[in-house]
Amino acid sequence: MTVQSITQSLAELRFFKDMPREHLEMLAGCASPVAFKKGEFLLLVGHEATHFVAIREGMVALEMEAANKITTLQTIGEGSIVGWSWLVPPYTWHYDARAATPVSAIQFDARCVRDLCESNPAFGYDVLKHFSHVIVERLMNTRIQLADMYH
Amino acid sequence: MFMTNGQVAARPMTPVVGRIRRRRRETQDTFTLEIELEKKRRFSFAPGQFNMLYVFGVGEVPISISGDPAESDVVRHTTREVGVVTGAMRGLKEGDYLGIRGPFGSAWPVEEAEGRDVVVIAGGIGLAPLRPVLYHLMDHRERYNRVTILYGARTPEDILYKQELGRWSARLDVEVFATVDRATRTWHGNVGVITTLIPRAPFDPKNALAMVCGPEIMMHFCVRELHRRGVTSDRIFVSMERNMQCAIGLCGHCQYGPHFVCKDGPVFRFDQIEEFFSVREF
Amino acid sequence: MEASAQQEEKPVAVEGGLRTGMINATEMQRLIDVLRKEGYQVLGPLLRDGAIVYDEVEAAGDLPAGWMDEQEGGVYHLKRRDDDALFGFAVGPHSWKRYLFPPMRRLWQAERKGKGKFRVIPEEETPQRRAFLGVRACELAAIAIQDRIFMQGPYVDPVYAARRQNTVIVAVNCGHAAATCFCASMDTGPQVRQGFDLALTEIVDAERHVFLVETGTETGAALLAKLEARPATNDDLAEARRIVERTAESMQRSLDTTDVHDLLLGNLDHPRWDEVADRCLACTNCTMVCPTCFCSTVEDLTDLSGKTAERVQLWDSCFSMQYSYIHGGSVRMSGMARYRQWLTHKLASWIDQFGTSGCVGCGRCITWCPVGIDLTEEVRAIRATAPPAPALEDESEY
Repeated sequence: MTVQSITQSLAELRFFKDMPREHLEMLAGCASPVAFKKGEFLLLVGHEATHFVAIREGMVALEMEAANKITTLQTIGEGSIVGWSWLVPPYTWHYDARAATPVSAIQFDARCVRDLCESNPAFGYDVLKHFSHVIVERLMNTRIQLADMYH
Repeated sequence: MFMTNGQVAARPMTPVVGRIRRRRRETQDTFTLEIELEKKRRFSFAPGQFNMLYVFGVGEVPISISGDPAESDVVRHTTREVGVVTGAMRGLKEGDYLGIRGPFGSAWPVEEAEGRDVVVIAGGIGLAPLRPVLYHLMDHRERYNRVTILYGARTPEDILYKQELGRWSARLDVEVFATVDRATRTWHGNVGVITTLIPRAPFDPKNALAMVCGPEIMMHFCVRELHRRGVTSDRIFVSMERNMQCAIGLCGHCQYGPHFVCKDGPVFRFDQIEEFFSVREF
Repeated sequence: MEASAQQEEKPVAVEGGLRTGMINATEMQRLIDVLRKEGYQVLGPLLRDGAIVYDEVEAAGDLPAGWMDEQEGGVYHLKRRDDDALFGFAVGPHSWKRYLFPPMRRLWQAERKGKGKFRVIPEEETPQRRAFLGVRACELAAIAIQDRIFMQGPYVDPVYAARRQNTVIVAVNCGHAAATCFCASMDTGPQVRQGFDLALTEIVDAERHVFLVETGTETGAALLAKLEARPATNDDLAEARRIVERTAESMQRSLDTTDVHDLLLGNLDHPRWDEVADRCLACTNCTMVCPTCFCSTVEDLTDLSGKTAERVQLWDSCFSMQYSYIHGGSVRMSGMARYRQWLTHKLASWIDQFGTSGCVGCGRCITWCPVGIDLTEEVRAIRATAPPAPALEDESEY
């Protein structure tokens, strides 16, 4: 895929809605298309966060192993992002992410994006704003889950 | 308008008697009763309305009607065991009797929704008061634009009406998205709170009408997501719960600001109650 | 009862009797006799347990002649008057509500019939004809408010309606205001205006002890015709009006009702609610003595054998914790939320619900509050410190 066609793919994803074309192109320069088979891990807890993924199709499950039981924390569907730990030191994954279905995605090189952020603050702020949204949303969802509202 | 049961008007505080024809376990803590009224009395209601059910010598509780509004020979209630009366109700067997008063309260806006994208959002047992709406939508599918059902439950085991949800999701003209708050790998569906379904649900916010039912906190977060997508408060309907005893607006318990939930609700257009919705202990 | 609404101010002759008349205080016995002979149970004020309460009066001698009440926040006591006025007090802990909307009543019974089966036995009530003797202007207003609640909504309380239809009202204009009275602020008194069959104004001085009797309905006129009365003169009427005007002028408390609806509902977060909640004991007294509070609860009872069951309706109060209970807990856990519910309902949302304030200014909630909480004071405090406009809610707080 060319930078142009990746840019176009990104523009169609909900997460990148409102991001200027110019920034999408910069991101596309750090990105490549990727596919995961059902059951394949996208990220593993404790590993270095070298990349992140935007889902085009399929579903990814964030999982945590506790007390010998694997719990699904949340599933993430098309148009969303898997992974934000690449943005915050020490750049290691907090959970496992497993393809719950076959997944077609775009994978980003984390170092490449971080370098662009450092050198171009306007781009960096835009990326940060978009990822803050993901972080806040995950936090909110966790809090609502904690409320155990159907009980 | 829906008081085919003449008893309600004349003696609004006195129940009639009905016999449990069938009793069905739905989930670990929920069950459905099918009740026939004495003397083959017909019963009709509007989706969203509720009855007061009385267990002999124990007490009375408001329970939403969860049957098909097109059938009038049986009254269906799905309820969850949460207290003394529902606990006793759970112990009733087929052939046992209970007291019924109703139907009471306001209805979901199934007519106002015609021609629109309809988004039905239910959390937990909140699917029960919305099931009559779903029956109605399926029966009159041509009157509506896109129909989307978003359903959130605690765990996969807590999902109500699994067969019906499966049947509806198999239809090409209905989209069903279910999610659970927690699950293990054996569950292959969505995991996450119900609000996560709203941003990606297929409806046009400008034309959509949403009906939301579940715990107040769940409705609070869902309304927030609907607002974010651009659905305005006058196109969002919620079903409120307060202590209801008389069901006819006389005993005072269900007051919610200017409203009596039993008679002005339980279904409210959100802008009618918006100013009080976030006030604590109101 | 509807006819009473058309009562006019000017005395005119009506068919079957005088529109107004003057009777001696001694005629009170005849009035009671006439009512009793016509099958009415006469209920009126009498002295009991150090208070003036409403119960059955059989003779004029039962009335609290020469007694008056002194009231303040949390204070009620009786003292001798220097005359023999029969109605020389304000209001006591009872209101007429207990006779129209009884504190406890059975709604229905049920009886077991074989295994798992039962039948419901509706409650039949043949209402007793009753005459309320000595109904104050504020109490007439309270009855009119409860009429709206129980008879003029989509559902009618059949027992209230039947009792109401069988009630004759003999009202009394107030010649004395307690320190807790503020009916003038609420525009309900002290002059009775409508809703009575007969209205009395007691004139008692060194020369005479008489009553001006005004009729509000045909029933009232027929009653007046059976009394030994002489026509009222313009002087009599003027004197009666002066008495009520003096009562109005002597009223010490007031409540500014300007925009009170928006004031209270627009200040649900006002710190004063917490402050008053620190004093409030949530004892429910205010709601029990209030002549308009209409909340009730039900209790389901069974006998020991489990063969019969019944449902009983009881007065309830928004100050109780169970009042707002839904599975999982009470909606209004704190005293703050419960006091706020009571006051915002009484003075604000009541207007949305029934087109009228729920307060008639009788002052009972002030007197019978063990810690003397005064709603007029609470409204004043909120008004004095309310922020100009309620802030918009922040929708995006995480």
